[in-house]
Amino acid sequence: MSDMLHVSSNPHVRSKVTTSSIMLAVVLALLPAAGFGIYNFGMHALLLICVTVASCVATEFVYEKLMKKTVTIGDFSAIVTGLLLSLNLPPMAPWWIGVVGGIFAILVVKMLFGGIGQNFMNPALGARCFLLISFTSIMTNFDCDAYTGATPLAQLKSGITPDVFSMVIGRTGGTIGETSMIAIVAGACILILLGIIDLKIPGSYIVSFVVFICLFGGHGPDPAYISAHLAGGGLMLGAFFMATDYVTRPITKKGQYLYGIFLGILTGIFRVFGASSEGVSYAIIIGNLLVPLMEKVTLPKAFGKGGEAV
Amino acid sequence: MAKSTFVGGIHPFEGKELSKDKPIKAVLPKGDLVYPLSQHIGAPASPIVKKGDHVLQGQKIAEAAGFVSAPVYATVSGTVKAIEPHRVVTGNEVMSIVIENDGLYEEVEYPVHKPYGELSKEEIIGIVREAGIVGMGGAGFPTFIKLSPKEPDKIDYIIANCAECEPYLTSDYRRMIEEPEKLIGGLKIMLRLFDHAKGILAVEENKPDAIALLKKLTKDEPDIMVTPLKTKYPQGSERSIIYATTGRAINSSMLPADAGCIVDNVDTIVAVYHAVTDGKPLMYRIVTVTGDAVRDPRNFIVRIGTMYDELIEEAGGFVQEPAKVVSGGPMMGFGMFDLHVPTTKTASALLCLTKDDVSEMEPTACIKCGRCVEVCPQRLVPNKLMVASIHDDAETFLRLNGLECVECGCCSYTCPAKRPLTQTIKSMRKIELAKKKK
Repeated sequence: MSDMLHVSSNPHVRSKVTTSSIMLAVVLALLPAAGFGIYNFGMHALLLICVTVASCVATEFVYEKLMKKTVTIGDFSAIVTGLLLSLNLPPMAPWWIGVVGGIFAILVVKMLFGGIGQNFMNPALGARCFLLISFTSIMTNFDCDAYTGATPLAQLKSGITPDVFSMVIGRTGGTIGETSMIAIVAGACILILLGIIDLKIPGSYIVSFVVFICLFGGHGPDPAYISAHLAGGGLMLGAFFMATDYVTRPITKKGQYLYGIFLGILTGIFRVFGASSEGVSYAIIIGNLLVPLMEKVTLPKAFGKGGEAV
Repeated sequence: MAKSTFVGGIHPFEGKELSKDKPIKAVLPKGDLVYPLSQHIGAPASPIVKKGDHVLQGQKIAEAAGFVSAPVYATVSGTVKAIEPHRVVTGNEVMSIVIENDGLYEEVEYPVHKPYGELSKEEIIGIVREAGIVGMGGAGFPTFIKLSPKEPDKIDYIIANCAECEPYLTSDYRRMIEEPEKLIGGLKIMLRLFDHAKGILAVEENKPDAIALLKKLTKDEPDIMVTPLKTKYPQGSERSIIYATTGRAINSSMLPADAGCIVDNVDTIVAVYHAVTDGKPLMYRIVTVTGDAVRDPRNFIVRIGTMYDELIEEAGGFVQEPAKVVSGGPMMGFGMFDLHVPTTKTASALLCLTKDDVSEMEPTACIKCGRCVEVCPQRLVPNKLMVASIHDDAETFLRLNGLECVECGCCSYTCPAKRPLTQTIKSMRKIELAKKKK
């Protein structure tokens, strides 16, 4: 029987958490936002979500088959990317936008850099920015059956304070998944309770953003103005679901605070001084690019070498 | 100022329920006993018996070969059958003395020492050295060296490591419950060596009965305190337990004595007690035989040199063919491929699992989730260390303090991508430490 025994280096036990279980939890946590998006904008939103997710999964599958690599669609990360991208699309965008975006996200941003864990930029956001630049008029047209005219942030930009209550609920225009603060925060709570994300990045992001707009927004600490900024755009979705993306955020504790603060300030600059009303996506992908640098300057000190209190 | 825990760590499945309520049971060896000459850190002992010699229980059969070394004693009476290489738990073959047990257990006459209060410090250290006592928690470092630091006046604490943070292990717990007076007695003997030292019995909170018992027994001992520790692995790692009890932090280039501490495991302290009060050398240790593959998980008091396969028989054999057998705990023990190996001074447990997590879980790509960074008790960045190790990038490995790793296994345990972080870092560490020695 001795040849039946397995031998390996320690440790001999492993936790039950796996990459797939983490990604599956993120999918579940995105469902409230997705569900509200469908309820808010109608069946076309559902179609877009399905097409985008399918496009992401299919791209990963085909690429890995062609390159004769292990197929990794079972880890659910392509579904997360597809969901996130679709939640960032305008509700009436044509279906092929989802297909093109999905292919770009997975093929260009993720697979060409080595697949899961190797991409330097959040695939969903990379694809969104690609679509914004390539198909600007489609990607900035938020008119749909339910809502016409400016999104809350665009109203804010032109000096009108939108109705905060409907923004918190999510009965406003915007991308499919960003409108409902309640649905997003509910999803985020699931992730926090499961220990998948924590408040280091979202907390420092939101707090530093609020501080920035209080100082430079021109309205001072006006609660209506601040809550409009918090609930009215992609900030909640970005802070809880995209800035916390494991692969593209710093791995060190101090680095995560630094990253959150950087994103808050950058988003503030884009929203207050930029030409466009929104700035979360650009802030996060610029933040992504600086992650290696942030990790380098925030490496923890080893225990017994000054690092015990961390 | 004292904190009762450290930063980082994990909460693996404890598994202590299997054997924690099983009283210590004595086991008589059936077959031959095997005594590897290297059961400790340092030079292997040199045999002083030869094939065909008759030996008694308690007779020295190999003596220390150098300063950092330890003698080995026969634990049964019988005949020296061979001096030959024998497989040990690590899988290596080590030169060993094989003794055929005559079943009579005739003992030598043990030396009678004066009460420890009348012995000089040098005499006590000499007794500990002669008794072949080494760190029985797993390290195997000769205890007398720990007890003779350069500046004994600067030792403030002797920490009895009663954390037993490794899952499944209950040998220290049983010792604390069944023979606490020996543990306290041993600690008092050790305190006698240091004029300014206080004794700390540091116990994890998952053993409240042991804490209560030790507190009761030490309430009239002003120099001994009982410190409950948060239940978390690796609370009993030397650096973690020093930090948890005293707030002092040491790194890999320091000894506990540099922080004014001496840390010893429960069984080691009990061995000191026996050596000084009964004149008996190190011959026994408690071994937990446990795991879901074992019919009747138990704690045994074992004559060192007894074969592991005999212990499995004593525990009722296997309920189910084990997928993995580990000498020691699941976090830092050695995976065994052969059960016909001897117990040694450092063998704390035999864990038989029906499921092997490691071979069942295929490693995938790192998603940089940061869990390894969060759990590392040495505050390292294991995923970066692993990359440096794979690329054989010594410069980065050293810059990221790879040598500070204590190989506790938290990073591998927690990794959702099931990457062999500890193993990879451990290998690289070995290479770098070897380079350093040159």
